[in-house]
Amino acid sequence: MRAAPAAHRRPPAALALAGAAVACAMALPLAYLLLRASGADDALGLVATDRARRLVTTTVALGAVATAAAVVLGAGIAWLVERTDLPARRALGLAAVLPLVVPSYVGALALKAAFGPAGLVAEVPGLLGFPGAAAALALSSFPYVLLLARAALAGADPALEEAARSLGDRGLALARRQLVPLLRPAVAAGGLLVFLYVLSDFGAVSILQVDTVTRGIFLEYRSLTADRAPAAVLGVVLVALTLGAIVAERAVRGRPAPARAVAGVAPPRPVRLGPWRWPAAAAVVAVVAAGIGVPVAVVVYWAAVGSSRGAAGSILASAATTSVGLSAAAALAAVAAAVPVAVLAVRHRSRFSRAVEAVSVSGYALPGLVIALSLVFFSARYLRPLYQTLALIVVAYVVRFLPEALGSVRSSLVQVDPAVEEAARSLGRRPLAVAATVTLPLVRRGLLAGGALVFLTAMKELPATLLLRPPGVDTLAVRVWTGAAEGLYAQAAPPALLLVAVSALVLWPLRTAAR
Amino acid sequence: MPKRAWWARLWLAGVVLAPLLAACGGGGDALVVYSGRNENLVRPLLDRFEGETGIDLEVKYGDTSELLPTILEEGGNSPADVFFSQDAGALGELATRGDLRPLPAEVLEVVPERFRDPDGRWVGVTGRARVIAYNTDKVPVDRLPASVLEVTGPAWKDKVGYPPTNASFIAFVTSLRETVGEERTRAFLEGLKSNGAKRYDNNIQTLDAVAAGEVELGLVNHYYLYNEFKERPGAPVANFYPGQEPGGEGTLINVAGAGILATSGKVEQAERFVRFLLEQSSQEYFRDETTEYPLRQGVDAIPELPPLDGLRTIPIPLSQLGRDLEGTVRLLREVGLS
Repeated sequence: MRAAPAAHRRPPAALALAGAAVACAMALPLAYLLLRASGADDALGLVATDRARRLVTTTVALGAVATAAAVVLGAGIAWLVERTDLPARRALGLAAVLPLVVPSYVGALALKAAFGPAGLVAEVPGLLGFPGAAAALALSSFPYVLLLARAALAGADPALEEAARSLGDRGLALARRQLVPLLRPAVAAGGLLVFLYVLSDFGAVSILQVDTVTRGIFLEYRSLTADRAPAAVLGVVLVALTLGAIVAERAVRGRPAPARAVAGVAPPRPVRLGPWRWPAAAAVVAVVAAGIGVPVAVVVYWAAVGSSRGAAGSILASAATTSVGLSAAAALAAVAAAVPVAVLAVRHRSRFSRAVEAVSVSGYALPGLVIALSLVFFSARYLRPLYQTLALIVVAYVVRFLPEALGSVRSSLVQVDPAVEEAARSLGRRPLAVAATVTLPLVRRGLLAGGALVFLTAMKELPATLLLRPPGVDTLAVRVWTGAAEGLYAQAAPPALLLVAVSALVLWPLRTAAR
Repeated sequence: MPKRAWWARLWLAGVVLAPLLAACGGGGDALVVYSGRNENLVRPLLDRFEGETGIDLEVKYGDTSELLPTILEEGGNSPADVFFSQDAGALGELATRGDLRPLPAEVLEVVPERFRDPDGRWVGVTGRARVIAYNTDKVPVDRLPASVLEVTGPAWKDKVGYPPTNASFIAFVTSLRETVGEERTRAFLEGLKSNGAKRYDNNIQTLDAVAAGEVELGLVNHYYLYNEFKERPGAPVANFYPGQEPGGEGTLINVAGAGILATSGKVEQAERFVRFLLEQSSQEYFRDETTEYPLRQGVDAIPELPPLDGLRTIPIPLSQLGRDLEGTVRLLREVGLS
């Protein structure tokens, strides 16, 4: 990126104000949670119990195992698709992203139904619990690693690898000198996303009975008493774990890869897999089948054979409308909130804009359940008119998913040369007109991708929705969850299919924007 | 291009605003019910109430153990008018705090005295017995434990399932504290834990696990069995009513019941709602659809169930279940089960 003088200009007051407002709104849940937790009689005593220690150990172990598995799957498939003569690699590369639309709880339910006790396919002993949860979480989150790793491989200058090869580097040496440094930042970033996904997961761990901190918070929350301090204190523990993961990622990511980023250059000569071509393709197909084939097959099976009364079509339709409406509102609001923060960060760099950006991505450190808990506490006391409204759910989604929108908006804005804007301005256009007619068309794809990403994750969101939904309001995710929690799988099936189908549609703009 | 953008904007606005408007438009006039009974069980009945009375309902479904703290957190201006609880303990807790208003005598009198609050602030709607559900393929009848307290023995290591956060289970623990005392209750809970008993989120999941053979025994309420049969005909599960032998300790008969929040501004409609739950036809609905014990005098349970009057019951009045809920939750937390 060019350090144009424009990057340090003082921001217009309205922009600074908008950025500050976004940052304040983002900081509110964490601040209130801390306040509430510090109000506990014996906060430290609540953390220092054996149980809390066990929760933390289990959570970290589950996160580590699932992340390792997701990294192997994601980076492996990315390499096969980008760098080898794998059969049908374009199609396989696309299909391997699909598990992203399967919520972890649907994956876990399917895993349990297919391979649990009295399973439809076979009984795999020991699957329930930790191994099953790790598998379900890795399968529904490895596409994060895959997407980032593919982007890194596709964007790398092939000349470097060609040069290394011409100098005699083969096999492991090539991998160590070229691929590892190239993939390291992408794998670290993707691994972080997976780890955070595990930390904030509520559905899969509940279904497969693994006591993580998030599940502990939920159980505390519905413990029949008005004493919310233990839930708040565990919430703070979860935030601390998340921050630890972010710091760890910084350390692993290291310095930027040596490769120059290029575009429009032919990729390097594919590695010949030889006799491994077909086994490798079969392995990718198996992963895709486990990630989306099995869940969809199990859900279809439930829909076909289950005898529980299916929800009336009207209930399903209203849940779908609510899901789409809430997710679309969250996507729009998140992109709208991301714009001033991104503009400040990219065009008006200063200590102030860095602070605004740091606070705005703090949603990463706040699992959905923690945000919801904090909003329940806060709104039930101080924001009565907002309490139990759909608007509050949108607020929760925006706090939670703003970082996703911000990443996308920011990176597309970075690619717009400020000189173009300067030129338009020097020709007499007013700043807002420049933003609308010059900058906006150039960053449109980034905005769209950010919005699509937020939409996708908001559709699947469960814990915050469960806590915040007003009476009589259901989303598809909630309908899947309540149906499954009551063992009425036939009832959970149609909303699950609808959820997967709508999400898959939204994956499309995301795919084109990613390349 | 500009024209298309205009349409896109209109569409987005519609998608975003429609549900918001629907939600706002729906609020205000409706009677708000917090239902700890699950949606599948009671929704058809509540739909009928709306049709018959013209009163709109707005129902928040959730676990009783989640809705009670929600009401407490909301405090003075809780939007709830009626709390339809899965457990007498949660109603008792609200009554003790003065958060429920007395019900009219003609509503209360429909139900036998032992199934309602002595001060008339809540009324039982249906009865449910605590049972041990067992897998009939794996457990012969003569091997069943005579008392729930025996499931912590070595014979049942890793073979018991239970829902520790469920309000009915918590009520059962309260009843244990009242009958066998604090120390034996603590020993029992610690025994469950050290004996590898498996924890589930609710009764249905527990019973599913029994049916699937994941565990052999489940500590649940009686009526989930009949729903399990509807979903999985021929599932190898049966109910065992513990403590029924002559001189036995009996089992807990809890109620699902209703109370009207003291803060409700729609007392008349709320009373109508509670009265509706106790009408003959509603009670028959519960009898047939949820297979609980109807509590309205004169409506009998389905023949598959042992008659309510013949069941040996633990000698604790239901109002006592809500006396020290905090104490029970504290105990569960200390043992590490909550």
